[in-house]
Amino acid sequence: MKTLRIGSGAGYSGDRIEPAVELAEKGELDYLVFECLAERTIALAQQARLSDPEAGFDPLLSERMRRVLPFVGPGLGSAREAGQRRLRLISNMGAANPLAAAREVRRIAVELGLHGLKVAAVTGDDVLAVLKASPEQMLDNGATIASLGDRLISANAYLGAEGIVEALRADADVVITGRVADPSLFLAPQLFEFGWAADDWTRLGRGTLIGHLLECAGQITGGYFADPGVKEVPNLARLGFPLAEVDAEGRAVISKVAGSGGRIDTATCTEQMMYEVHDPAAYLTPDVTADFSGVSFHPVATNEVRAEGADGRARPETLKVSVGYLDGWVGEGQISYGGPGALARAQLARDVVLERLQLTGVVFEDVRAELIGVDALHGAALGSRAAAEPWEVRLRVAARCADKAEAVRIGNEVETLYTNGPYGGGGATKGVRQVVAVASLLLPRDAVKAQVHLEDAS
Amino acid sequence: MSRVKLRELAHSRTGDKGDTSNISVIAFNAEDYSRLLQALTVERVAAHFAELLGGDASRVLRYELPKVHALNFVLPGILKGGVTRSLALDAHGKALGAALLDIDV
Repeated sequence: MKTLRIGSGAGYSGDRIEPAVELAEKGELDYLVFECLAERTIALAQQARLSDPEAGFDPLLSERMRRVLPFVGPGLGSAREAGQRRLRLISNMGAANPLAAAREVRRIAVELGLHGLKVAAVTGDDVLAVLKASPEQMLDNGATIASLGDRLISANAYLGAEGIVEALRADADVVITGRVADPSLFLAPQLFEFGWAADDWTRLGRGTLIGHLLECAGQITGGYFADPGVKEVPNLARLGFPLAEVDAEGRAVISKVAGSGGRIDTATCTEQMMYEVHDPAAYLTPDVTADFSGVSFHPVATNEVRAEGADGRARPETLKVSVGYLDGWVGEGQISYGGPGALARAQLARDVVLERLQLTGVVFEDVRAELIGVDALHGAALGSRAAAEPWEVRLRVAARCADKAEAVRIGNEVETLYTNGPYGGGGATKGVRQVVAVASLLLPRDAVKAQVHLEDAS
Repeated sequence: MSRVKLRELAHSRTGDKGDTSNISVIAFNAEDYSRLLQALTVERVAAHFAELLGGDASRVLRYELPKVHALNFVLPGILKGGVTRSLALDAHGKALGAALLDIDV
């Protein structure tokens, strides 16, 4: 029976590159998928595109392509004998500019002497014009599109597998998209290769589980997992990225390249299955309402786990749209105290800064002053469970301001603690950043249409 | 049955969507699942994170996954303003699950 081997080459935009190269070289893959878009990434990329029309795609696209393109296509790559699997790439690294990203991939292919490689871009996720035409649309945070005015940056619908399937049908070796639901990047090759119907909900649910398990790359092979003394992970610095071998029924075994670091077992798989999931019986994607509630994992060999029991129901009638907008500035400052009495001195420093913000009339919407090492992550109540006072404590003050000049004053008030604050404050840092916030809304499916653009590298 | 820290019986992972965290709690051994079911009520977990949840404590949800002997807690509002607007050091709430493992069961 025909099987498909799909690897995961990135779990986020800045992810490590060499585990992806390892998969391309030794994974005997049919597809290598790079998932590189977090909630806010497209909004940031859209800002880059505004200042340069050829920008707006993933900053690591070029380097990743240089490293893995030599393994792509039929008969290419030293380890690839004739008649073996043909590697193709799928990625949302197009971000805010999939067309420019596809041109860049083609340019690199030519540079590497890989003539004849077909590169496709999938567009249609950008619905900014649609939203601007109906400014009365309301976001999940209660604001209307109209109220954002000039602060509105981007609006991208989560596309499903459809556009990618069309590109694969057109024989693309590399498919570059903008916003596509993460699991759909992995579901697309399964739909295409096995010819599943678009309403075969059970198989779509199974394929979506596989996509969901793979989409964060190292998070299923032992990343975000190690807890020394409780949960050990071998060779974490050499963490391998995962691959799934899938059959036409959507049954899959998750594994990684032999000799790579990390571990895959029922524990890592179970953690990743529930990652960013709310109701496990209703995981919504543009392709299907997937049901993970009956999933179980079974070890078949060392670092090989079979997943079974996923199901699916009809897909949602609406598509989620992520809307990026400018939302003021955050100013921040930090300073450290150490040795006996450090906690009391850091607390005094915190009080001084908060009083100074009032005294000097800094205008802010919200402020947070926390002690790193004490209460920054989990609050004061949980922080007080510590058995002993920490040797060192770092004060962090952050505030959101409508105005950049006001935000700058936050870090300044922390920095002046050097000469004006408690004894022994060191290592002060300060900074200010523009806030690109993200909210969402739902659009009917017929307002969004995926389009495929094909280019040959000749 | 003696009381132990949850960390001895289970492991955990935290995910984020908007201003909502989800924290999975997975029993190392299937036979401890029923103990988790009894001990980790929605009320217990909401109380554990009361300071961070504030007025959102009543919105905590729990889903049961007996096939993988796991629970999934959903905590809307715990990431004040969500990843993109939050002033928190850990805007994603990635470290939250580790705090839950300190609960007594």
